Amino acid sequence: MRFLPTEEQTDFARAVRALLAAADVPAAVRAWAAGDFAPGRAVWKRLAAAGLFAPAAPEAYGGAGPLPVELAAAMVEVGRAGMPGPVVETAAAAVLLSRLEGGPGAEAAARFVPRLVAGGEAASLLLPGGGPYALDADAAEHCFTVDAAGRLRAYGGPRPVGVAAVLRSADPARRPARLAPGGGEVPAAGPAVLAAARTAGDWARLLTAAQCLGVGEALLERTARYARQRTQFGMPIGAFQAVKHRLADTLLALEFARPLVWAAALSLDAAEVAAAKLAAGGAAYGAALTALQVHGAIGYTEESDLSLWLRKARPLRDAWGTPAQCRAVVARSWPHARRGTAAP
Amino acid sequence: MDLTHPPEVEAFRAEARDWLARNVPAAPLPSLETAEGFAAHREWEALLYAGGWSAVSWPREYGGRGADLERWLVFEEEYWAAGAPARVSQNGIGLLAPTLFDHGTPEQRERLLPPMARGEQVWAQAWSEPEAGSDLASLRARAERTADGWLLYGQKTWSSRAAFADRAFGLFRTGPAADRPHQGLTYLVFDLRAPGVDVRPIGRLDGKPAFAELFLDGVFVPDRDVIGEPGQGWRIAMSATGSERGLTLRPPGRFLAAADRLYALWRSAGDPADTALRDRVADALVGARAYELFTWAAAARIAEGGRTGAESSLNKVFWSQYDLALHETALDLLGGAEAELVDGEWAQGWLFSLAGPIYAGTNEIQRDIIAERLLGLPKGRR
Repeated sequence: MRFLPTEEQTDFARAVRALLAAADVPAAVRAWAAGDFAPGRAVWKRLAAAGLFAPAAPEAYGGAGPLPVELAAAMVEVGRAGMPGPVVETAAAAVLLSRLEGGPGAEAAARFVPRLVAGGEAASLLLPGGGPYALDADAAEHCFTVDAAGRLRAYGGPRPVGVAAVLRSADPARRPARLAPGGGEVPAAGPAVLAAARTAGDWARLLTAAQCLGVGEALLERTARYARQRTQFGMPIGAFQAVKHRLADTLLALEFARPLVWAAALSLDAAEVAAAKLAAGGAAYGAALTALQVHGAIGYTEESDLSLWLRKARPLRDAWGTPAQCRAVVARSWPHARRGTAAP
Repeated sequence: MDLTHPPEVEAFRAEARDWLARNVPAAPLPSLETAEGFAAHREWEALLYAGGWSAVSWPREYGGRGADLERWLVFEEEYWAAGAPARVSQNGIGLLAPTLFDHGTPEQRERLLPPMARGEQVWAQAWSEPEAGSDLASLRARAERTADGWLLYGQKTWSSRAAFADRAFGLFRTGPAADRPHQGLTYLVFDLRAPGVDVRPIGRLDGKPAFAELFLDGVFVPDRDVIGEPGQGWRIAMSATGSERGLTLRPPGRFLAAADRLYALWRSAGDPADTALRDRVADALVGARAYELFTWAAAARIAEGGRTGAESSLNKVFWSQYDLALHETALDLLGGAEAELVDGEWAQGWLFSLAGPIYAGTNEIQRDIIAERLLGLPKGRR
């Protein structure tokens, strides 16, 4: 047994990391928040061309998947860079549509998935049991929704029709949209769509967990650097135990969340995915609180780039599964309760 | 990346499970922190040895099975899932033995390891002193040179197992501390029944006389009982505390079994409407899984030639906090009146878990290590 990413899995994530490091993502985040999606979409196109979304779909649709471990590893880098846009939603939409192969949704899958996977187009997504707002629907070419009855709706256009209002998120670079009821086309409906939506929801939750991990790592790295440099009382503040111990606890939470994300990617079991999201979301939000406290007042400013990750942590903690939802799934269907459950 | 064991490891698991099912005592042994319980746990160690399970990771020549890390972790899973007794020989097998494999002589290994594996010699630790706890290197108990060995003088304390154990291992000052306290320390082993040793048991918070003070007045230690070079004791001891904090002290199987018992308790006694308790049970399940997975990743790195260093401090802080939280949840599930009754299994476990953040290096020291070695923060005053 070797519970470590393989060379190829690491290489893919490293390539995504290098691509994002070479782009000016902070500028793209600020532009995105102001409603100018062009810089962010330019990075997006390069990511898609480098194969970011390929692990979400099978070869028949221009992908290389399903490869959830590879995609999760890459999504850590998306989080680390603070990349804006519906990355998770686009990948999960590709999963949703790919799962309709061979059924009534096959035509829609053939039409849309290649454009998401290799065409550099973006999609927002609403699924039963998920949140009520379509993330960045005004910045994407597509929006897909599945309702509780299993009706798949596809909204398209240069900008998806059906956006009734764009709401303000705690993270200005996230743009939750309220959709107008009805509208769009209905390429498929029924139990197969609901089953595909469940799978896509697990992917979205897993990939958000991975994104949280990257956000948390970026926050911790910046904060540790700041604690080494910032001097008070004649020494770096990182020499004080009160600061050290808080940073140590932040690392602890991230390091124990990481293997949960890997295991969830391996199994895609609903409870394991919930466990990963619970741990990674909590660790990232904890990292944000630590980052803010250690930076002090400068951390509470918009102009500091720290804010680009700081404000992302809490919405991501709740996106595609709040802690309460995740704990409920774990308690209901934990797959590992096998040893000694007959004891007291 | 995978999480499945090859067939030969699963065969090893099946063999361990089968043996444990046939040999684990049906009723729990009396607490090993009593004279009666200590004797009963010694007998269990002898039975384990007879089955070849007392030290599975040791080479066969010393009574082990030559099991690799993967098999050892699997064995521990089965051991704790079977509800098998606590290991009275843990100090020796988990701490002294790795030191002997790294720094001992073949003669020392042949002389000390087999009786340890059979439970004939149970080992206590002799690290802390009244004035040397977290600042262990400031220790003052000394070993003075004589013609053919050393004479020990001074006081050790919080010596786990010492109330009933046979021998002890620890650090003694053989050179001046001066301004470099980590130098001039020597790692040696000695007999707890030798002339000049006075063992005074200390009652613990759980009411058991389980650890002890050791008063040493001219205790003779022959040269052959010095481990490694005299004066190099700090480096030698740290290699052992590294493994103590890391994989060997608290294998995940222990917490997986505890989390499963908690889950069973919740399903039988929990109020489904109490989502606050449900959430804490979920956290316990997730925490045990996280600890298991973290360990499998560490084991894979070690199998590829990596080492556990400061990462073992992450491990120690995690399990000690986890263990306390798990037992608190169990007590809350039982309800206040039942939780108060100290003879209950969960209450006993809770009392023991209170010590976790203190022993094997306090969590404050571990967090310093994490911050300095893993995050590159500057050293400061403690």
